[in-house]
Parts: sequence; structure tokens; C-alpha cells
Amino acid sequence: MTEKPDALTMAVIQAGLTQVCNEMDIAFTRSAFSPVIAEADDRSSGIYAIEDGALIAQGEFGLPVFVGTMQHSTAAITRLIREGRVAPPEPDDIYIVNDPYLGGTHLMDVRFAMPFHVDGELFCWLQNTGHWPDIGGMVPGGFSAKATEVEQEGLRLPPVKLFKRGVMDQEIYSIITSNIRVADQRIGDIKAQASALKVGANRLAELVARYGVATLKAAISDMRVRAAELMRAHIAGIPDGVYRSEAFVDSDGVVNEPLRIVLKITAQGTELGFDFTGSSPPCRGPMNSVVATTYSAVYLAVRHIFPDTPLNAGAFEPLKIVRPEGTFLDARYPRPVSGCAAEVSQRIAEAVFLALAKAIPEKVTAAPAGSSGNFALGGFDPAKGAAYVMYQISGGGYGGNIEHDGLSNGCSTIGISKTAPVEVMEQYYPILFRRFALREGSGGAGQHRGGFGVHYEVELLRGEARASFVMDHGRFGPPGVQGGQDGAPNIVRIHRGGEVFTPEHLSKDQDVPLKAGDRVEVMTPGGGGYGPASARDPALVARDVLRGYFTADEAARLFGEHA
Amino acid sequence: MRRVAGIDVGGTFTDLLLYEAAAGEGGTVKLAKIPTTADNQAHGVIAAIEATGVLPADLDLIIHGTTATTNAVLERKLARVGLITTMGFRDTLELGRRTRPKPYGLFGTFEPLIPRELRIEIPERMDARGQVVTALDEGAVREAAQKLIADGCEALVIHFLHAYANPAHELRAGEIAREVWPNGYITLGHALLSEYREYERGTTASVNAAVQPILDRYIRRLQGELEARGFKRDLLVMNGNGGTVSARLVARDAAKTVMSGPASGVMAAAATLGQSGLANAITYDMGGTSTDVALIHGGVPEVSAELTIAYGLPIHVPMVDVRTVGAGGGSIAALNAAGMLTVGPHSAGSEPGPICYGRGGTDVTITDANLVLGRLDPGKLLAVKNPVAIEHVRAIVDAKLARPLGLSIEAAASAVLTLGNMHMAGAIRMVSLSRGHDPRDFALFAFGGAGPLHAVALARELALAEVLVPARPGLTNALGCLVADLRQDFVQTLNIGLDLADMGHVATVLAAQRAQGLAINADEQDEIVETVVLHGADMQFRGQTHLIRVALPAGEVSREALQTLFEAAYFRRFQVTLPEIRAVLVNLITSVIGKRRALPLASLIDPDGRKSTADEAVVGLRPLFADGVWHDVKVYQREMLPIGALLAGPAVVQQIDATTIIEPGWRARVDEIGNLRIVAGLA
Repeated sequence: MTEKPDALTMAVIQAGLTQVCNEMDIAFTRSAFSPVIAEADDRSSGIYAIEDGALIAQGEFGLPVFVGTMQHSTAAITRLIREGRVAPPEPDDIYIVNDPYLGGTHLMDVRFAMPFHVDGELFCWLQNTGHWPDIGGMVPGGFSAKATEVEQEGLRLPPVKLFKRGVMDQEIYSIITSNIRVADQRIGDIKAQASALKVGANRLAELVARYGVATLKAAISDMRVRAAELMRAHIAGIPDGVYRSEAFVDSDGVVNEPLRIVLKITAQGTELGFDFTGSSPPCRGPMNSVVATTYSAVYLAVRHIFPDTPLNAGAFEPLKIVRPEGTFLDARYPRPVSGCAAEVSQRIAEAVFLALAKAIPEKVTAAPAGSSGNFALGGFDPAKGAAYVMYQISGGGYGGNIEHDGLSNGCSTIGISKTAPVEVMEQYYPILFRRFALREGSGGAGQHRGGFGVHYEVELLRGEARASFVMDHGRFGPPGVQGGQDGAPNIVRIHRGGEVFTPEHLSKDQDVPLKAGDRVEVMTPGGGGYGPASARDPALVARDVLRGYFTADEAARLFGEHA
Repeated sequence: MRRVAGIDVGGTFTDLLLYEAAAGEGGTVKLAKIPTTADNQAHGVIAAIEATGVLPADLDLIIHGTTATTNAVLERKLARVGLITTMGFRDTLELGRRTRPKPYGLFGTFEPLIPRELRIEIPERMDARGQVVTALDEGAVREAAQKLIADGCEALVIHFLHAYANPAHELRAGEIAREVWPNGYITLGHALLSEYREYERGTTASVNAAVQPILDRYIRRLQGELEARGFKRDLLVMNGNGGTVSARLVARDAAKTVMSGPASGVMAAAATLGQSGLANAITYDMGGTSTDVALIHGGVPEVSAELTIAYGLPIHVPMVDVRTVGAGGGSIAALNAAGMLTVGPHSAGSEPGPICYGRGGTDVTITDANLVLGRLDPGKLLAVKNPVAIEHVRAIVDAKLARPLGLSIEAAASAVLTLGNMHMAGAIRMVSLSRGHDPRDFALFAFGGAGPLHAVALARELALAEVLVPARPGLTNALGCLVADLRQDFVQTLNIGLDLADMGHVATVLAAQRAQGLAINADEQDEIVETVVLHGADMQFRGQTHLIRVALPAGEVSREALQTLFEAAYFRRFQVTLPEIRAVLVNLITSVIGKRRALPLASLIDPDGRKSTADEAVVGLRPLFADGVWHDVKVYQREMLPIGALLAGPAVVQQIDATTIIEPGWRARVDEIGNLRIVAGLA
């Protein structure tokens, strides 16, 4: 029976599928070891179609940048299985894959894919992605700023069955743990990632038992149609026209020249076209994006503008993206890609925001800080007699919008992660924060100003260490819109033996040697302003001066006489 | 005769339950439900007492639950607070943990409770081990305090980095500040919570300071008014941990009263379950704009120290773990742009409220759907002065939902309920599953105005075996006040590998926590019939950041036993064993619970009002739409049902404060203490 389920059954099944994914997300976070997953929620879970890998449902609290990537990796796995290059799925198998070119992001994002069978027949795929703290390669933590080929970035796994009929393959496990740093905790993450899929499988089996395969299939295909209709309805509200924008990555980390993203969005009726023609060619350093990440960045930017769109493949159908072949947004093997998920994706999203801010300024903010602010420190703590890899991620200001000023220290647009508390960082690593403060003056001026970035200064207390930085917006600040001014650009300063050193590439560097007493100082970008600064309410200007957000002189200069 | 009053001030009503203990076992209960007096809650409290015909002078004990602090935080009507903090960390409270209000969408703002101009840095610094890096600049503390006084601050927070590891600087700075501060409203960061995470600890302290003067004034005023009416005995105030503290002490840890309202409902549920022979339940309190759910396992409500009152405002003190979902009677049902039915998250609130409230509402809500289906009696809506005709409600449901969906009015209204229930069921799954429990092992304890209306349908959705509707579903929070224990909680961070932990020190810390709790409770010894001390440990595997709470047995615990307990708890939650990785002992926890005399719950409904058969309790017939058809069902009056009565669904049980629906295929029994126990299947 393939009778179309009624409106109610559909809504119930849709909510049920989302809950399956939410439960997978929670189980994964709560049992993970990687602080990037456990504290920063750098993970996502979803359900995918067997035919084309299309997204059926995704958790509401998954990391946004994975919104579109996993359907590409499911598609790649199913294609390789069809071609006989990967062994076909059996119940309770779990494939592991982190190959960026097979629907991925960077190597640290490791995907587990599990076939879900009903009565011996493949029904769908469950998949999750988790960011591992290290995957080998030339720098601890994997965020190389200087790699020129993917092999330097770490261990690359094609889809292989890490679990065969529920049993972990010790040989594959040994290969993995022999190639990554701080390997002793990875068994915990592997078990957490696999058990989260099993949690999802159990819940999904309950849904199947209750509604039956035929109803579930009919509901899934109808959901896809509905999501597409909802997205089309949103797009219909965008005036027809061509909207252009540009966004710049500071450099690729190797060649010190900006990389340019050129975007032309065409709104026509109920479809939005995205064309990146004219963007920079593939680059030597790791700021290339694989195409799955490029698509995902477009999807997540649109979803930030229309947050109520359901997360399934239907919602993406009206978004017509021209594959950006020949540009750094469609990297092929062996281009290095470690910066794509955290940074390049955010520049792509920024280009989408800036173009659509011209079309629907009431729904879009000025540019947010748009950098994950990765600062990695790897070293040896003589007091503990152990090596360590430390990550510090940072937020920045959000853009002002039609209603209010931007948020300060907002999370990266592609993330939903929290930063670790200073007290936790100082417990674990031989460092001392001299300050962790709001970065005064960094919000772009405007009728509604941008939010503020952060300003921190951290001192190495013991031993020696190497610092790496993969950040962005060091050359140009996040742009304002509607006459608003740009937010302040990112600044990195290294205080070594009484001297101050700024990386040549401003926001990117790697292996900067530090000794005890040396300090790293970072100022993250403020958000762009919205509307002309002269239109700002004088009372708000005065309040901002009272709070020390701006000095009186700055306020007079930025906001004019009436301040 | 001993008279004890439990009084809960909610957003709309002030509820009172007054228990008059007769000699021996029995006793009687008086009730009052009057509108809350928002400008001064004390007036409503006095009026509620007087409504029972008893004078305050005749009361032996009052236990009071107040929303004064909750409302103050939610409405940001707070005291002006200043902060003295570590050099370089003035902005901790404003920057938070780099989040945004919602996963998708870049709109939204956040204002910290203490504005930036009232946050002053002074030289001092501890490291993570509690060693002094920079000495405390005592002169700077004094100057900062004086400046904040001059700037009009009423309360002060002193919050230093790593004070949980070594509070010496905070303690000394507190002494200095006290020399100049004009009142006692000084909160030290480590005092409520001695645990790492500077934003959460500092925010908890700032919530405390911001509500402390408000709570202090309110309690003084209430005590004054009560004393003026001759009340001379003790006043206890509910805390969010489900326990009570003396009014004399409550303001010191004022933050603990935030979220005490939902906690008292859960405590009432636990007490009711205990007298009903049940150990496991999910509490389900559905109101107008939101629904609160919590989990009781083994008779004990789950407690969490990681709750958040609003975006960016975590309060990390142990509180009954009540989760709120934005689905209530006022949740709006609509069709989205793709023609799909949605319920919530928008709510009609109480103004204009559901269509049937007659206040100009035109959006279909869950309450309206209940009305259309005969589940609510249009003539008996509480708080409705000008009811609208049911035909008017039907016409709007028809135009907005039924026709566009191609459904009958009844089918559309049913769809609204089913979808609303689906969201609430999701929330219930999350509270249970996220802690490793299968919801099917739990009964559903339904209360609040709308809980009993949806409970059986919800139990069906979740495949739960039983629904329990207590005798007074609409007065459950007041009952919570009557039955709550005296409870003191303590947390101390150790954060050390279990293999390295000094087990002697562990025993010393636990013993000190226990002694401190016993000393506080000693002030209320008259009320306590038994003291229970619970010890626990928060643990994790090395490298993790999330914690698992492990209950510790009484007496000294060995290293090996702790390891085993932890591994078992971890396996229960995640079905994972990790022999490869070392365990870490993060926090030691003690709860000292002074159990108050049990209240015989059978007295909640006057036995003299009960008829001898269920049929005599039938007050009418009414049409009810369920499972796709209209039924003519019996309407029972709850207070008239005899103990042991058996009712077959479909049926309606009405009482002044709630309506219970027994769905087709379910049956109900009035148990020995007057609860409705509803299970699937026909007798």
C-alpha cells in the first residue's frame, strides 16, 4: 500500500525522524572524549537515502557546516559500493571515512556511516561526523597553515568497515592509532561515535515498527516535497534580480595574496541561483574548499536567513548552485584543505549574506566576524612530563541588523560550539591568560553597530611549544551593510623575549616557537555595522561611551557631532 | 491542633493548602486559590490564608514558594549590582562562552546582569592549583567598593579566577568590602558554587546578588505583615533543590529560590508516589505557555547543577532538573508556507490568549482544539470572564486549518492535539533518554491546569503503562511546599585521577559537608523526623569534559568501589566500557535532607463528600470526540468519586482545578489515597 499518509502522520513522522537525530547528537556529545565534540559540539548526525544519499533528516543541534556535507559523503559511499570498490553493507557494519574529496570537509572531520536494514533490506543510512582533535599530519591538531598537499595534513581514510557486523576491526584501529597524536583517548571517541549510531538505529526501528516501511517511505518523500515548497515560498519573497558580492580570504597561508570569492545570486521566481564564476583558482596552501563544503556553506547561510526551513534535501532543491570548477571552491586531490570547514566556508556564507543583504535587508545582518579563530599550541609540559595539544577557538562580533546591534563574542556561523573556560584551559595546559576581554572599539559603526570581538593574551608558563594560527579577516574587517562601517580586522601578536612579532600572513601561521614567558595576543574581528552611523540614537552612543565600548574621541569621530 | 500552610505564589494564582493535624493519624485540609497580587505578593499570601477562615496567628508553620526572584530575573527588574573581579577579566560575564541564542539565525542580543560600567578590575591572581600569582591589592578593593557605592550599587559580587581552588583572595576582599558596604548584600563567587568555569560561577553569583535585595525585602515585608497579624512561628521558603530553608537564611543564597516553583511540584509528585507505591515517574505539568517535565527515579527527583534560566544565564547550583518546553495550552496551530500543519513554538500567551478566552484571540490554540473536541467544558474555563460561543471557535478552526487541509473540523482539531502531544512526547523522551532511562519504565504524573487533559493521550504516544493524576492537580506546587524537606547541598571540586586521589581526604571532605548541612538543619529540628545524608561523586574518564554522577554508599568508600560504581553508571548510560582509560574524580557532593513529617495525602479530598458508588458521582453526559468519532461520555465529579471506584474510558473527570480525560480503551481507578490511576486496557 503506497497510499499517501495524512497530514498528521507526516508531521508526526517528520518530528520523529528529527528526534532520532537529536538523540544521536546528544549521545555522541555526552560520551565523547574529544573536547571539540564534547564541549564544542563539533559533530552532527543525520539520516540519508539509499538511492542518492539525499538528506532525510538531521539533528537540530548538529554543527551547521555539516548540514549538507554528509549527504555528499553518503552518495560517495553508495557510488563506490555500486562500482564494487567498497564492500557492500551488512547489518551492524560501520564504515569510517574522512576523505575530504568524498563529500567531506577537512581530515579531522571523521564520518561514521551505518546501514539501516529492515527485514534484511537496506532502508537508509545513518551517519555522523565528529571532529577528532588530531588526525596526524605536520601540525598537532591538523590546522596546518602551510601544507601544500593533503598528505601533509594527516591520515586519509577511504570508506572502510571499521565495524564488521558489529565487531571492531582491530587491524584498521591499529593503523589509525599508529598515525595520530594523543591516540590513547581515541578509543573512547570511536566507541562514542559508534554507539550514538546504534542509539539512532534503535529509535528508528521503533518508528518503522509503528508506521511500517511503506508509510515511512511515503512520508519521507512527501517531506522532501514540502521542504522544497517551503523554501520556494521563502524565495518568492525575494525580489527578482541579480545580486552580487565579493568576499576575501586573507591568504592561503603559503602565498601571501588574498583569495577572492565572487558570487552572483540570481533570484527568479521561486529559485535562487548561485554562481561563483570569477573566484580565485585553486591555491597552494590549505585554504581550498572541497565542493561538498562549498555547497554546505551556501545551504547553512540560507538557513541562517530562513531558520524555519526543515533540514532535508528538499530544502536545498530550489538552490541552484553552479559547480565552481576551476576555482579554489572546488578543490581536487591533492590540494590541501584544512582551512575549508572552519574558514573558507564562512567566507562563502559571508558572500551569500552580503549579496542577499541587498535584496532583503530586513532579514540579513551585516557581516559577522566569520572566523573560528583557531589557535593551536602543541608542546611538552615538563611539570607533567607529557606532551599536549591545545586548541583555543574564538568568537567575534555579529553584524548589526535592522532591529538591533550585533551580538558580541558570537560563535562562528558554521558552528554552535562553546569556547572552553579559561579556568579549564589553565587546569589542563601550562598557560596563564593575562586577559580575556571584550575588544573595545571593534564593532563596525552604524545605526545598529556590530558586536565586539574578544581580546585575549595568553602566556606560556613552562617548557617550549609551537603555536599555529588559522584565522581570517586579518586583512579586511567584516563588511558593514546599508551604509554601516566594517568591523575591526583580526590581529595576532606574538610577544617573544621583549619583541613583538606579527605573522606575515596576519591571520595564519604555523610552528611559531615559544618559550616560557612568551605571550600570544589575539584580537578577533568585530561585526559589520548596519545603516549609517550618523543615524544612531545619541543615547546609545552615550551609553557605549559610558561602558567603555568606545572612547569619547572614537565616538565623536565614528558617530559624528551629536555624540 | 497543629496547623501547617503551604503557599505557592504562581504567575496567575496564589494557591494554599492548609493541613490541620488532628491527634493521631488523621487530619483535614483546607484549600484556597486566589489571584496573585503581582505588585506585592505578600497581600495575596495573607488573603489566601484568610480565605480559609484561619488566622495567621493560629498557624504553626508556613512554607512558602515564591516567584519573586524568578520574575525579577525574567523581567530584568533587578537590583543594581557592582562587580569587583580579577585584572583582565572584567568582561567574563558579558562574553559568555561564545554562543548565540539559536543554532540558526544571527539575530538576537544579550545583556549581562551587571553592566560594564559597574564591573571593576583589581590586581590579584591565583593559578589553577590555587597558588598566588599576583597578591591581592587590598587598597584597590576598598577603592573599587567605594566607587561602586558612589555609582549607586546596592549589591556587590566579588568574583576572582580560580577561587574554587583557593578562596583566600575572595574572602579577604569580602572582609574589606564589608567595612565600607552599607548593607549585607555581598556575594562571593565561590560561596554558592565552588566549581570551575568562571562564566557559570560568576553568573550564578551575579544572579544571586541581583535578586538578594528583592527577596530580602519581600520576605521581611511578608514576615512583618504576618507578625502584625499575630503569626509568631517559623516561615520556611522553598528552594530550587526541592528543599526549604528558614526565612532568616534564605536571602543569603537567594539564587537558589529562582526556579523553585517547578521544583515544588516535583517534590509533591515524589511524596505522592511514595505513598502510592510507585518509584519511577515522569512529572508532566502543562500550563498555558509552557510545559515542565522532570524525572523521578527510585523515588528521588533528578537534580542538576547545570540549569539555565534564560539565554546566557546559567545558574549552576543543584536544582531539581525541570525541563521546560514551549508547548502549552496557548501554543498556536497554523499552516506554514508549504501548507504543513505546525503547532508552536509561538504562543497566544494569556493576552489575547486562545480564541475561547474571548480576549480577541484569532489564532487556533491547543486549548481551542480541546474545546472543539469536547475535552474542555466551555462553561468552566478558569480565568475567563467573557467566553465566546463554541461555534465561533469552530468556524475559525474550519477556515484556518480544516478546509486548507481537506479535513473535518474535528479531524483538524485532533491533528492539532496529536502534533502538540508529539512535541511534548519528544521533550519527555529527551529528559529520560538523555539520562539513559527508557520512558516506558515510568508512570506519567500529570498535574497543572492542562496536564490531566493530555496525559492519557501522551502516555499512549509514549507507550507508558500508567498515568497518575493526583487528588489536587491544580494545587500541586502548594502541596510541594507542604511536603518539602529541609535540604542542604554541597559541591567541592577535586578534579584528580582516581588512582592518585587521597581517599582519606575524600572522606574528610564528605564528612565536613555532612557536618555543615546538619548544623544548618539543626535550627529547624522541630520539623525533622529523620535525617538522610546522600553522598555522591561527579566522575569522568580522563580527557572527557562531561560528568556522570555516581551515588556513594554511606560510610567510607574505597578507591576500588568508586571505580566499580563509576564504570557501572557509565555503562548504564552509554553501553560502553572503557578499561583502557583512567577515571577522574571531579566533584564530591553531599545532600543533607531533613525529612519532615509525612502528610496523609488521603486528606486532600474530604472523605465526607465522596459518594458510595461511581455512578452517583456522574454529574452529566457530554459529547467527546476521540479516536475519530463522537462519543457521549459520562462526566464524573472528582471529589464525589468513592475510593476504589473504577471508570472505563472514554470518560471525563472534572474538578475545580483540572479536567482529566480517560481515552477510549483506558480505565481508571481511584486508589487508596485518592489518586486517579489510569492504565491501558479494559477491566
